[in-house]
Amino acid sequence: MKNKYSALSLIKNAFTNNKNWKPAIKNAEPKKSYDAIIVGGGGHGLATAFYLAKNHGIKNIAVVEKGWIGGGNTARNTTIVRSNYLWTEASLLYEKSLKLWEGLSREINFNVMFSQRGVYNLGHTLQDMRDIERRVSANRLNGIDAEVVNAEQIKKEIPYINTSSSARYPILGASLQKRAGVARHDAVAWGFARAASDLGVDIIQQCEVTDIIKSNNQIHGIETSKGRIESNKVGLVVAGHASVLAAMANLRLPLESHPLQAYVSEPLKPVLDTVVMSNAVHGYISQSDKGELVIGAGIDPYIGYGQKGSFCTIEHCMQAIMELFPYFSRVRMLRQWGGIVDVSPDACPIISKTPINGLYLNCGWGTGGFKATPGSGWVFAHTLANDEPHQLNAPFSLERFSTGALIDEHGAAAVAH
Amino acid sequence: MLLINCPWCGERDETEFSYGGEAGIVRPENPEILSDEEWGDYLFMRKNTKGVFTEQWNHSSGCRQWFLVKRDTVTYKIIDSYKFDRSDSENKGSK
Repeated sequence: MKNKYSALSLIKNAFTNNKNWKPAIKNAEPKKSYDAIIVGGGGHGLATAFYLAKNHGIKNIAVVEKGWIGGGNTARNTTIVRSNYLWTEASLLYEKSLKLWEGLSREINFNVMFSQRGVYNLGHTLQDMRDIERRVSANRLNGIDAEVVNAEQIKKEIPYINTSSSARYPILGASLQKRAGVARHDAVAWGFARAASDLGVDIIQQCEVTDIIKSNNQIHGIETSKGRIESNKVGLVVAGHASVLAAMANLRLPLESHPLQAYVSEPLKPVLDTVVMSNAVHGYISQSDKGELVIGAGIDPYIGYGQKGSFCTIEHCMQAIMELFPYFSRVRMLRQWGGIVDVSPDACPIISKTPINGLYLNCGWGTGGFKATPGSGWVFAHTLANDEPHQLNAPFSLERFSTGALIDEHGAAAVAH
Repeated sequence: MLLINCPWCGERDETEFSYGGEAGIVRPENPEILSDEEWGDYLFMRKNTKGVFTEQWNHSSGCRQWFLVKRDTVTYKIIDSYKFDRSDSENKGSK
């Protein structure tokens, strides 16, 4: 790797007053044609380009991004990474991703600050606890670490949580995945961009796709704000705008785009060293290394592309966090934002070929795509390179919406994706 | 927060309503003659419009009536809200 980051490079650059650092990402202008074009320079798109170049030897790749790297959902989420999904198809896909996370900083030579601090998914009713037992058993059968903990164990690990039985929605227990945790989302975008750029991938920012060129059911390229770019392989990895881009190729998708909000508080001293999620009260929380509480809500109910949501969703989410942590009642929230998430009917992604030759889709991640960033790129790169899905993403085809082979992950996804 | 004009009750907060998604999806009259793709299209495929969009809302904590809203999905500005029986080309079934 050119310009490799290491302790030695830090020392060397310190001696030259840090004047010799090279730009991490080469800002490219489009060439006339490429072997593959990835539309969407978010985490998933950049990971796809990286694994295409690294694992499949395709070097002539463009990543086309309407805005800038790290300006979309990759930097608008609550950074939770876990793999404790119910169904085998989903848990194997997310587990592949989790395994990649475990070696990611080394693989892309960029510290993504992956911290396996554990994730608790709380249960508040008898039925919640039955579902948790079932999901934990399913996880263990699939070789994924998971355990059921009771309220006493939760209180011991998370002293400020309210486990009193007089709570409106008392905490009865939780599932715990110890290998789960959080990562620094900006670093994931920048790290993948830098690693892909280093392998010769052209990262073209501020370049909006305006049309998709096809004839005789074959893709030939894209029209963009920087002119026509040709390729007979185009992968759409554009999250909330998947339906808009697919419509350019006359393709209808089973997606609805919703605003998903998140919030960050003022910084506090360390108070919460793990991740707590609750489907029942609709909120999830962790603490960043800077000390801010990072809080996520459920989606706003309506279709929206405006990167903002309604105030009532903020209120609802704050109520949920207050229910779990009355201790945080005086904490002031600093920032609030929304990302546009493309929600599929079964809460599972579409990583698939399409009826159009050379057009590939990676979308429908809904509220939980961040955790899958490396795994999503890994399987999508395989799909593009071989014109066939990997066995890990074969079940996540677009055809499942006509065959009926849905993978219903609403139980493990819902709010706590 | 959206301020939604219920055609029966007038303007109320978004929290009084529940969302019914894309308007104008008509259940096929003879599902048994459809291919799997056509049935899947009816069940799952959506316009997911970026821009002016006609959608259904239900005044679930009020009069419990369903009605239609024309709204910009980028600015969230509500352009119109009206009852189903208004004759309006936007109101008819569409793909």
